[in-house]
Amino acid sequence: MPSIKKNIISRFLSLIPVLLLLFLAFSETDFTFEKLSFLSFNLIYIIIFYWVLKNPEILGYGFIFLSGIVNDAVVGLPIGVSSVTYLILAGFAAYIRYLTVQPSIVSDWIVFIPAIAVTNSVYFYILRIFFDINVNYISLLLNTGITILLYPVFWVLFSFLANKIMKERNV
Amino acid sequence: MATSGRDDLSIAIRSAFLKKGNKQKFSLLALIIASVLLLSLESFNSKSLNFVRSVIKDIIYRTSFITSIPGNTIDPIITTIQSHFKIYDEHELLKLKLEQLENEQNQIAYLKTENDKLKKAIDDNNIFSYETVISKVLVDKESPYLKSVILNKGFKDGFKKGMPVLKGSYFIGRITEVNYLSSRVLLINDLNSKIPIIIEPNGYQAIMSGNGQNHAILDFLPKEHQIEVGNVVYTSGTDGIFQPGIPIGKIELNKGKFQINFFSDLNQLYFTNVITSKPIQDEQ
Repeated sequence: MPSIKKNIISRFLSLIPVLLLLFLAFSETDFTFEKLSFLSFNLIYIIIFYWVLKNPEILGYGFIFLSGIVNDAVVGLPIGVSSVTYLILAGFAAYIRYLTVQPSIVSDWIVFIPAIAVTNSVYFYILRIFFDINVNYISLLLNTGITILLYPVFWVLFSFLANKIMKERNV
Repeated sequence: MATSGRDDLSIAIRSAFLKKGNKQKFSLLALIIASVLLLSLESFNSKSLNFVRSVIKDIIYRTSFITSIPGNTIDPIITTIQSHFKIYDEHELLKLKLEQLENEQNQIAYLKTENDKLKKAIDDNNIFSYETVISKVLVDKESPYLKSVILNKGFKDGFKKGMPVLKGSYFIGRITEVNYLSSRVLLINDLNSKIPIIIEPNGYQAIMSGNGQNHAILDFLPKEHQIEVGNVVYTSGTDGIFQPGIPIGKIELNKGKFQINFFSDLNQLYFTNVITSKPIQDEQ
């Protein structure tokens, strides 16, 4: 009986990243600081990068693709833009995963900078060149900067969750 | 040495993009290709494709509305608690405002009667009458770079692309996407919004461009203008899409440049009025 209970807890904990990703894509929740409305960050990017880098079994590529489609529909972008950008970010993370021998918060953080820079550039150019949609690049740049700055905070939180999942699985 | 380094690189890329990995049903490359295909479909316009798009978006918007319920319930509770702490100050302020409003109301009543008489005189009293349909904001996912909201009514209720949308009696945007049960409004502060306007009392015509902030900028103003702070901005109706004379905002000066401060708070949209009747054309 205790092993069944542990198994259920472990499964539930493993579902948290996927549920959080889909919830953020579907819901109106945005991460804009109330007093400084021009400052915002993209938690979806952090979730995708962290979990694909640490444990891709938990966050399937199919879910990343689906969350992109949903996000595009909700935000009002051409369907597929977010999927492409999310999957490029996941590609970066997967590539680094194959190359890194000993991951650490600093190495992950450093790699996250070019990954998010390339991802947001692709996002900007697809919208600007192919669909002629103006995007406020100062806001996009600020959003990128804040997301990079906050990555270590979420790294610590997600690492706690990842350790908990591992612990429950091993038990 | 160089060859082995390149081999490692290609192996890593292949592993990352082509291998499915444990518990992964799709490879990254396959999904990227699928996303690009979906993107390319965006430029195709066929009836069946539009119908499928409309159904998918309706489902996503409804799900989005449901998932946003917890957040939308908590926000008003927090606001209520905060407002309780300010009640006394607000009461005093409101008393003062009420007195002012009573005075203004008397003036308005007088001006309204006078205005009606003048309107009759110039036989132009139909210009401001239009049919509106009240619609609730279903989703207001405020993206930092794109400003739009989703309404709970679509072409089932007669909504069409381009229809002007108001909050109360103030212009806030236009419909840019219509599905069967929902529609999207591009707000006037979006970077892609360009609206022909008229600035009163001098009657200068210009284009109001959104800039992603809570105000808009003025484009194509006459060089020799005499705009003043406090001048009121209305839709000009010169494009033939919008009714003329819908109030939008006031002119303010910011860092030496004129800008339009909106009458409506675009971050607080719950109900909107969509004008479903066509604008009255000039019969000259």
